[in-house]
Amino acid sequence: MLLNLFNKTKRNIFLLALFLLVSPFMHADWFALNMTRGSTDISNEVFELHMLIFWICVAIGVVVFSVMFYSMWAHTKEKNPVPAKFHENHKLEIAWTIIPFLILIAMAVPASKTLVKIYDDEAGDINIQVTGYQWKWQYRYLEDDVSFFSNLSTDLDEIYNLVPKGENYLQEVDEMVVIPAGKKVRFLITANDVIHSWWLPAFAIKQDAIPGFVNTAWTIVDEPGIYRGKCTELCGKNHGFMPIVVKVVEQDEYDDWVFTKKQEAIKLAELTTKEWTTAELIERGESIYEVNCVACHQTSGQGITGIFPALAGSDIVMNNKDRNIEILMEGVQGAAMNSFSYLSEVELAAVITYTRQSWGNAEKGDGEIVIPKDIVDYKEPKI
Amino acid sequence: MSAVIENHHDEHDHGPAKGITRWLYTTNHKDIGTLYLWFSFAMFLIGGAMAMVIRAELFQPGMQIVEPEFYNQMITLHGLIMIFGGVMPAFVGLANWLVPMMIGAPDMALPRMNNLSFWILPFAFFILLSSLFMEGGAPNFGWTFYAPLSTTYAPPSVTFFIFSVHIMGASSIMGAINVVVTIMNMRAPGVTLMKMPLFVWSWLITAYLLIAVMPVLAGAVTMMLMDIHFGTSFFNAAGGGDPVLFQHIFWFFGHPEVYIMILPAFGIVSHIIETFSRKQLFGYSSMVWAMLSIAILSFVVWAHHMFTVGLPLAAEIFFMWATMLIAVPTGVKVFNWVATMFRGSLTFETPMLFAVAFVVLFTIGGLSGLMLAIVPADFQYHDTYFVVAHFHYVLVPGAIFSIMAAVYYWIPKWSGNMYDERLGKLHFWLSFVGVNVTFFPQHFIGLAGMPRRYPDYALIFADWNMVSSVGAFLFGFSQLLFLFIVIKTVMGGKKATDQVWEGAKGLEWTVASPAPYHTFSTPPKID
Repeated sequence: MLLNLFNKTKRNIFLLALFLLVSPFMHADWFALNMTRGSTDISNEVFELHMLIFWICVAIGVVVFSVMFYSMWAHTKEKNPVPAKFHENHKLEIAWTIIPFLILIAMAVPASKTLVKIYDDEAGDINIQVTGYQWKWQYRYLEDDVSFFSNLSTDLDEIYNLVPKGENYLQEVDEMVVIPAGKKVRFLITANDVIHSWWLPAFAIKQDAIPGFVNTAWTIVDEPGIYRGKCTELCGKNHGFMPIVVKVVEQDEYDDWVFTKKQEAIKLAELTTKEWTTAELIERGESIYEVNCVACHQTSGQGITGIFPALAGSDIVMNNKDRNIEILMEGVQGAAMNSFSYLSEVELAAVITYTRQSWGNAEKGDGEIVIPKDIVDYKEPKI
Repeated sequence: MSAVIENHHDEHDHGPAKGITRWLYTTNHKDIGTLYLWFSFAMFLIGGAMAMVIRAELFQPGMQIVEPEFYNQMITLHGLIMIFGGVMPAFVGLANWLVPMMIGAPDMALPRMNNLSFWILPFAFFILLSSLFMEGGAPNFGWTFYAPLSTTYAPPSVTFFIFSVHIMGASSIMGAINVVVTIMNMRAPGVTLMKMPLFVWSWLITAYLLIAVMPVLAGAVTMMLMDIHFGTSFFNAAGGGDPVLFQHIFWFFGHPEVYIMILPAFGIVSHIIETFSRKQLFGYSSMVWAMLSIAILSFVVWAHHMFTVGLPLAAEIFFMWATMLIAVPTGVKVFNWVATMFRGSLTFETPMLFAVAFVVLFTIGGLSGLMLAIVPADFQYHDTYFVVAHFHYVLVPGAIFSIMAAVYYWIPKWSGNMYDERLGKLHFWLSFVGVNVTFFPQHFIGLAGMPRRYPDYALIFADWNMVSSVGAFLFGFSQLLFLFIVIKTVMGGKKATDQVWEGAKGLEWTVASPAPYHTFSTPPKID
């Protein structure tokens, strides 16, 4: 009996140990070894090309290394005390120049063909302007007058390991790009501040977003679904935190989505004329601050010494409403502060009010608020 | 006047001066070589410590030990220090020690400039490292410092970074001129160009590359300085400038630069393989021609770093084909090394182990480079960890292994003592395992989709990142063993013979070990 119990415990411990040993390897992520097959014709072609050159390189490696390893094994000083005397052999040297050259051509020709296909620059059924900002993406649907920002939606607590990380950790956004299946979608890619790069692996699109340039890329995705990508050009502090998520839907669902987005825009416009209370503005402003400002100026409004100025206790924020609006609208020349004029009047008024009322600024400064009409007035042509 | 007369008596056998002034005022190529080598070792350890910070942060997903802002400073300084402080000065140190001895010259042609080109380097790196303590932190825009991130959006310390790069550039140009003048004018009678040892050839070509491209880098950082402080808009789109122009200029410097970091390695490895195979190098002249072709091609491939900036189709195709063409001369070199070993009489002392590992791992890095040249595939590889794996394979088990091989190979000649073979082999195996465990999984991480320069990553990349970090710690800490071995050898050990290695050929092996303070005061006789 005792023996049995002991055996059972022992067996359980053994099984547990075995499980602990094996479990990391049962985890699927150990098999994330290769490029994933694409979701479009082009990205599939790129995948095939990748596998072709990969196997050619493996073959070259195997041939070269096996001769070398054979020599290391067979031609040691022990086994071969007297070295051979040969050197230079023109036939051999010509062969090992010509053969690699031919192999290279075999690789370059299909690569060039695929490249020509990728470079087809016709307008799409749908054209979307993609603009990189520090550190978010803006999408403007050129035909439909729909425009929005797409921000990382992963919680800071997940990043700082305070709560468990979700399935789409760092690969999720507050608002996805929606495109219809089976249609040619062209992206016109640019940037507002520094260089970013818009990468969607499943479509084999990687185009740098460069201020002052518009690069193009296109895709036709047949399979509805959610596709995730990332920024791939170092663009500052939060380079790793501005993912891309594209949702591919059927045409009618897409039409519904466009309609809803337009309705939202109308509602937002109505808000501009509404009577706002300080509390309402602060509440709205806080969420805008968290999305747009917190990366540089920090939650505490303290900024980062030497790079990003503090807003808490700032004379402009506390006492100079006009300059405050001007900075938000125009940016600061030669500094990291860009124009935020792309935000709506309501958003701008709310976020400015929030900064003027927070961190003790209201008590120390004039405590004035900014309402959407102030922004509208600023935008009026000045005589 | 009297001082001159007093010093006159020891003209025939004057050894090194005593004390610190020996090192400050020295114009002796061996002393300066030593200074360069120790300096680069110090930089290698500092840059390595930064790599440890990077890998520690990447050990797990989430932000643990540093903030993204500081992480970016680490990747930037790691790159700059390893390239300009680690690899390049190490090769200049080797050139100083070896070029005069290999060509039978008494010293470098321009000894005072030699002293100057070394002694400005510590200041350059002092300035660069001091930026860590400045308001706003150190440069945080990557070692490639793309504008406008490095201009309009840079921390104030960028100005110090620019000054520092200027000093490094001046040092490199002076060093390179010295090498060219020495090789062109001071070869012993009978050492014709096509009889020069391959290390000398590799450095002659490298020196010309340096003279050609360092001024381009100086131009790039000067334009940055103008944009930041003097209101120009070279790279500022809002002022009519062109951010892509920066990348063209930078990579016109940057691509030859990567060959500057590998050509001397080709020279070193050729010598070591020849010695430990006890057999003549298979094809000397084809090795020379291969290096020359690689150097020339390096000027017409720069845009392969920029396939995603939106180049026209014709440019993409040109740069793809030109880049792939480099595989031909590179292949010739690899085949030559293998053919040299073939039917040789091989032994595997530490230098040979490093050299053999160089050939294998550099070839792997070369093959992944070939994959990166294929434009449509590069759209998927570009700026991912696949690229990180590629260039670390050519730079760590490439350039750095060759430097370590060179140290083990020539240190008996420098110090007069044999290193501890058992410890040397241990160092090799720890480094070899460490380097592969670090960088091989980065191929997987990159292909699976992790971009480079990310302080944090999606969960799918967690497993291999952890493996990579473990490898990095192993590799990093093994280098302390290297430091120990070098110090131990310098302090004492089994006396080395003049020839040191059974199969060693070349003028440097004909002088005593340790090499006397002055060698070849009268030119040697060459048969």
